Amino acid sequence: MSMVFAPCLTETAAPTTHAEPAWSPYDNNGGTCVAIAGEDYCVIAADTRMSTGFSILTRNYSKIHQITEKSVLASSGFQADIRALQKNLDARHQIYQHQHNKQMSCPAMAQLLSNTLYYKRFFPYYAFNVLGGLDNEGRGCVYSYDAVGSYERSGYSSQGTGMQLIMPVLDNQLKSASPLVLPLQKSTTPLSEFEAVDLVKDTFASAAERDIYTGDAVEIVIINREGVRRELMDLKRD
Amino acid sequence: MFRNQYDTDVTTWSPAGRLHQVEYAMEAVKQGSAAIGLRSKTHVVLATVNKASSELSAHQKKLFKIDNHIGIAMAGLTADGRVLSRYMRSECINHHFVFESPLPVGRLVVQVADKAQVCTQRSWKRPYGVGLLVAGLDETGPHLYQNCPSGNYSEYQAFAIGSRSQAAKTYLERKFETFMECTKEELIRHAVFAVKESLQEEELSSGNCGVAVVGIDEPFVVLDPKTLQSYIESLETGKEEQQTMEETGTDDRQSLQVQHEGTGSRGISVGAGDDSPTDMET
Repeated sequence: MSMVFAPCLTETAAPTTHAEPAWSPYDNNGGTCVAIAGEDYCVIAADTRMSTGFSILTRNYSKIHQITEKSVLASSGFQADIRALQKNLDARHQIYQHQHNKQMSCPAMAQLLSNTLYYKRFFPYYAFNVLGGLDNEGRGCVYSYDAVGSYERSGYSSQGTGMQLIMPVLDNQLKSASPLVLPLQKSTTPLSEFEAVDLVKDTFASAAERDIYTGDAVEIVIINREGVRRELMDLKRD
Repeated sequence: MFRNQYDTDVTTWSPAGRLHQVEYAMEAVKQGSAAIGLRSKTHVVLATVNKASSELSAHQKKLFKIDNHIGIAMAGLTADGRVLSRYMRSECINHHFVFESPLPVGRLVVQVADKAQVCTQRSWKRPYGVGLLVAGLDETGPHLYQNCPSGNYSEYQAFAIGSRSQAAKTYLERKFETFMECTKEELIRHAVFAVKESLQEEELSSGNCGVAVVGIDEPFVVLDPKTLQSYIESLETGKEEQQTMEETGTDDRQSLQVQHEGTGSRGISVGAGDDSPTDMET
């Protein structure tokens, strides 16, 4: 699933038949995204650091974008591609609203995002997305994607440079029994909204310790029946 | 006299220097049910007379949202209107994608006018048979425009198109000088009253009229039937007060002054001249 287009530092085990490119159209601006689905809420969070190489570009960049009333997209990766992807989805959503006289549901947006990503299968958006929101029944939903649109609905997810540090913690706290086990358990966490937000804050604080690309602050967006709420928590700035 | 010889296709001039096919297209607009528009310093209101083709059918949609800051009312071939509104929506979305700002209304109106003009100069096309009243907001404030099948467009303080629109226009001409200072509610009430004038004998209800509003910091929205009904009812109570006022001899009839607000060569008029045959040359 990892896309490596960066030149020079790669140590090739097998000799390549083509010359290594001198210029890459991609850059990785770093950062981590997390989303957790609850019974009647969804928490989507991302750090606000934007970096390139070993430098910080800004400590205050939002990776979170609300596309519809009930869907929020958090993406890490190449922010220029991500911005283009967000604008693309916004335009597509406008068209949908003109044609159907209503907003897109979160599952519908999830499919649209997958199709949009696969459309550029041979020059992908360098975006690692997590889509969070409420489905048609008002239950929290989280969809996570790879760069070319392969997606899956789950109860929680993380993407980005801190993913490897955060995912095991989320697994430990939130993982439910396999969907093959009967009786069928819900994939959404039984945690309350407050507890989920607390867990997210803890995971980001931990990731910021060891991942150099994650830090500065974490922006947390909570969607529930009442609407959308935003919180900002400071993280270590080193 | 020569009309029948030179009206077969749109690319034939008549000896009198007219394109009859284009005029016939404008006739189609005049046959459609009425659409009315008026603006104040902060809002633009569009109102339509909704005719149902039979008692069994629902009425046709004549108010369309184009973008958050632009909406249209149409009169004439509503199918042509739908195609134009799809084009306008697409242009707004593309502009917003590239410039991350709303497409100025005047710009969009010109694009639609140019599109309409193409159909007046191709032998394999026919003119659009729909007149649009475009209401929108941009940096310079609220605007109301009319788009013709001829490819002409003009800006208005208030205007009405379609069948029996003269009755509405007469009312608007009487009251338009007060519009600039009106509140949103007053403006809507004026629009509903103008629709009532167009309906004449028929009783006004939320079933046979539609109203939409756009304003500063207020996206374009078509009023739902319940809100509309409450405006219609408030009109009934207001009517009695108005009758007693008129009986005391106040003459509200204003002279047909054309008001120029310095917005360039287009000028602003209250649409007195639309029934003349050569208006496409203005």
